[in-house]
Amino acid sequence: MNGMHGWDWEIGRREIADLSRWKAEYKAVHETCVSPDGERIAAPVRTGETEFGLCENGELWEGEFDKVWYARYTPDGRLTALVSEMGEWTLAVDGAAWEERFEFLWDPRFSKEGGHITAVGQKGRKYYAVTDGVPWEEGFDNLTNLTQSPDGSHAAAAVQIIPMTEGEIFKFQAGVYTVAVDGQPWPRNFVNVWEMSFSPDGKRVAAEVRINLYDYTIVVDGVPWDTVFKTVWKPVFSPSGDEVTAPVRANGKWTLARNGALLWKRGYTQLWHHAYSPDGSKIAAIVAPKYGRWTVAVDDTPWNLTFGDLVTDLVISPDGGRAGCVGKEKERWSVVVDGKRWYGDYDMAWGPVFSADGRRAAAKVETKKTYGILLDGKPLPEMDGFEVLWSPVFSPDGDRLLVRGIREGAYIREVISIS
Amino acid sequence: MTETVIRSRKIKEKKRVYPPRRPVPDLGLDKGAEKLTPERIESTIRSVLDNETGARLKVYVDTCAHCGLCSEACHFFWSHDGDPSYSPAGKVKQTISEIVKKKGKVDADFIRGAAEIAYTECNLCRRCSMYCPFGIDIAYMMLTVRRIAHLLGVVPQYIQDTAHSHSATMNQMWVKDDEWIDSLLWQEEEAAEEIPELRIPLEKEGADILYSVIGPEPKFRAQLIYQAAVIMHEAGVDWTMPATPGWDNSDMCMYTGDNEMMGRLKKVHFETAMRLKNKRIVMGECGHAFRSIFDMGNRWLAWKMPPIPVTHAIEFYAELFRDKKIKVKKKFEKPVTLHDPCNIVRGRGLHEMARYVVNEICTDFIEMHPNREHNFCCSAGGGVINTGPPFRNKRVEGNRIKAEQLFAAKSKGAQVVIAPCHNCHGGLEDIIHHYNLKMELKFLGDIIYEVMER
Repeated sequence: MNGMHGWDWEIGRREIADLSRWKAEYKAVHETCVSPDGERIAAPVRTGETEFGLCENGELWEGEFDKVWYARYTPDGRLTALVSEMGEWTLAVDGAAWEERFEFLWDPRFSKEGGHITAVGQKGRKYYAVTDGVPWEEGFDNLTNLTQSPDGSHAAAAVQIIPMTEGEIFKFQAGVYTVAVDGQPWPRNFVNVWEMSFSPDGKRVAAEVRINLYDYTIVVDGVPWDTVFKTVWKPVFSPSGDEVTAPVRANGKWTLARNGALLWKRGYTQLWHHAYSPDGSKIAAIVAPKYGRWTVAVDDTPWNLTFGDLVTDLVISPDGGRAGCVGKEKERWSVVVDGKRWYGDYDMAWGPVFSADGRRAAAKVETKKTYGILLDGKPLPEMDGFEVLWSPVFSPDGDRLLVRGIREGAYIREVISIS
Repeated sequence: MTETVIRSRKIKEKKRVYPPRRPVPDLGLDKGAEKLTPERIESTIRSVLDNETGARLKVYVDTCAHCGLCSEACHFFWSHDGDPSYSPAGKVKQTISEIVKKKGKVDADFIRGAAEIAYTECNLCRRCSMYCPFGIDIAYMMLTVRRIAHLLGVVPQYIQDTAHSHSATMNQMWVKDDEWIDSLLWQEEEAAEEIPELRIPLEKEGADILYSVIGPEPKFRAQLIYQAAVIMHEAGVDWTMPATPGWDNSDMCMYTGDNEMMGRLKKVHFETAMRLKNKRIVMGECGHAFRSIFDMGNRWLAWKMPPIPVTHAIEFYAELFRDKKIKVKKKFEKPVTLHDPCNIVRGRGLHEMARYVVNEICTDFIEMHPNREHNFCCSAGGGVINTGPPFRNKRVEGNRIKAEQLFAAKSKGAQVVIAPCHNCHGGLEDIIHHYNLKMELKFLGDIIYEVMER
C-alpha cells in the first residue's frame, strides 16, 4: 500500500474520534469509512432537514450538499464522496469537488496506488468514463463494466455504440456493443460484452463476450480467440502480460483456457475467479470439483478441504507462496489458508490479508454482530468485541498489525506487536 | 363431490368439436422459423437430447402412460372446454414426444408450433405433476422444448427482448445503472417526507440483509420499494440494497431456455450479496425469481442450494409478525381472498405462512377454491405474460377458469385479491379487467404498509 513505511507503526492505541458525539451533533450519521493508515474516519452526515455534509475526524467539510453518499478513501488516503447540488452530481476529493458536473455520477474506482480515480458519468443521456474529473470526449448510449488499468491512467468499458429501441431483437442479435478503451471503441461489435481486464502495463485489454446468442469467447484488443465456448467468465492477463487466461465451459465441464486453448486438464463443475501469483508461476481459482462442493484449486490441483455452501474471496499472498479464501458450510463461515481451515466458524468472515513476505495472515470475523481478528489461524486475544472493524493491515516488515475499529462508540487506531 | 369432478363431468358430457388452432403472428417465432434448416433442427435437437436432458427426459417420456389424468390440472384445458390439445399430455404429445420419436427430424413449421405451445400455452406451473400418477414433471418437458427453441432462435419477440435486457443490463427492464441508483435515492427522499430518519442504505457492507427486487419495481412499481423501506425501517432491521447490477433477482432467461444466461444472472446476484457480506437475501413478492434463485439458476452454477440463504417476502413478513417487529394499528377491513403463486407454494410450500400473514393484517379472509398447492395458476407465470401483447388474449382467454374461481370468491364477499407475486399481479389484473370482475388487487406489502403502526 502506498506510503506504508511512513505510517505511524509505534505500538499503542489512540482514540481518533468519538462517534457518539457525531451522533449527538448531527441529525443522522451514515456508514463510516477509514483511511488506509487508520488516522482518519469519515461519514456522510445529515446536517439539516435536507442538507448533507461529510464529517472527517469530527470536522465537517466546507459546504453543504443536497446529497452525499459513497464515502470512500483512496489507497493513497484521499477522502472521496459522491455529492449532488441543484440536481447535478460530481465527486468531491478531500473537500474539493470535480468541476465537471453530471446528471448522474457513480461507481468511482481507485487505481491500485490511488493516484487516479475513474467513475461513470451521465449527461444528456450519454454515458462517459470520467477520470480525475475529465470525461471521455465521446459519450455512449450506455456504458457498463467500467475497468481501470492497474496504474489508473487508462479506462475501458462495455459500451453501446448503435442506438436500439426495446423490441428490436434482431438488431440486438447483430451486435450493438463493443469495448471502448480510453473512449475509443473497438472496430468490431458483439452481442454482449461483460467483464474485462487490462494487462499489467495497461496497454492491452481482454474482455468476455458473446458473439451470437450461443457462442462465447474472449476478445483481446478487439480480436476474438479462434475458439468459442458454451460460456466463459472474466479473463485475466498473466503478470508478464503475454498471455490471457479465462475460465471456459467446454464439453460440459469448466476448465481454464489460455489464449484460446484448454490449459488445465481437469474438468470442474464450476471454475471462476482465477488469479495469478505475482511472478506468474502459479494460478489459483475457485472451483467446484463436484456438484455442490467448493474449494480452491492451485495449478489444477484442488485442495482436499471442500465446502458445501460456497467459497469466495480468493486471495494470493504478495510473495505468491500462499493462498487463502473464505468458505461456508451449513451457514457457518470459515477462513481458509493453504487448504487448512482456521480456528472456529463464524456468522461472517472476510478474506484473509497477508504480510508482504506471506509469512503472516490475518482476517476479520463476526459473531453476533461483534467483530474480531484471527491471526495465523487463531483468535487474536483482546482484539474482539468491536462494534465495527476494518480488515487489519500488516506493517511492511510483518511484525506489527494495524487494527482499526469502533468500540463503545469510539474509533480506535491500534498497532500491536505480533513478532 | 369436488368442484373439479363436477366440472370434469360437464366437460365430458359436452363432447364438443373444438375450433382448429391458428398460429398467433409473432416476429420472433415467425422470423426465427424462417431461418431454420432441417440440418440445424436435427443437430440442435440431437445435441440437447444427447448432452443435456439425459435419463430424466427419457424416463418421463417412457413412463407417461397417456392416461390423461393431468388434463384436469391445467387451466388452459379447463378454459378451452376440455380441448385435449390444451391438456398437459396433449401439449407433450404435440411437442417433445414428436421430437423424441422422430429423433429431431421435424420441420420448421413443427418447431414454430411447438415453440408457441411451450412458450404461450404452458405456465410451467407444475400443477399437472401433482395429478400425474407418476409425478412426471411436465414443466421440465416444456422447458426442454423451450431450450430447443432458444437454441434454434425461435422465441417470441417480447420475452426474447426481455432476455436481451437481462444479458446487457443484468435486469429485465433495460434499467441503466444510474437509473437504478437514482430510483432508490428518489424513493428514499419520498419516504423521508413521511419518516424523516428513514433510509434506503446503499452498498452497506456487512448489513444482515440484502433486499433484492425485480426489474419492474424501479421502472413501474417504485412505491413497492418505498413500502419495503418503511417496513424495514419500522422493523429495525439491518439491511442494504446494492448500487450495482445484481440487484434484480428476476430471470426470464430461465424461461426462454437460455440456461447460460440464467447462470450468469444468478452469479451476479449472489456475488453481490457475497461482496457486501450480507448474511441473507430477502426478496420482494415475486414467484418466478424465487424459482430462479432457489432452484434453477443456483443449481445450474453448481450451488446445490442458494449460497446465500434466500428469504421470500412472505417468509420475511411472517418472521416480522412472529417476532413482533412490526405491529398492526388497525387491520384491513375489506374482505380479501388470497391467490397462491405457483412458484412459492408448489415450489416452496409457503401457503400456510401466507395465510398467517393475511390473518395478521386482515379481518375478513375468504378462501378461494381450489387453494394452496391446488390453486390455479394466474396464467402469467412461466414467462407467458412476457410474451407480450401478441399473446395477451390467448393468455387471458386461456384462464377463464381463474376468472370463475375469482368470481366464486367474490360471490362469497371478497372484494380484494391478494397476490404476493409480480407476474401473478400482471396476469390477474388482465383477468379481472377482461372478465369485468371489478375486484381490487394488492400485494401483501401494500396492505402491511397501510395497516402497520408507524
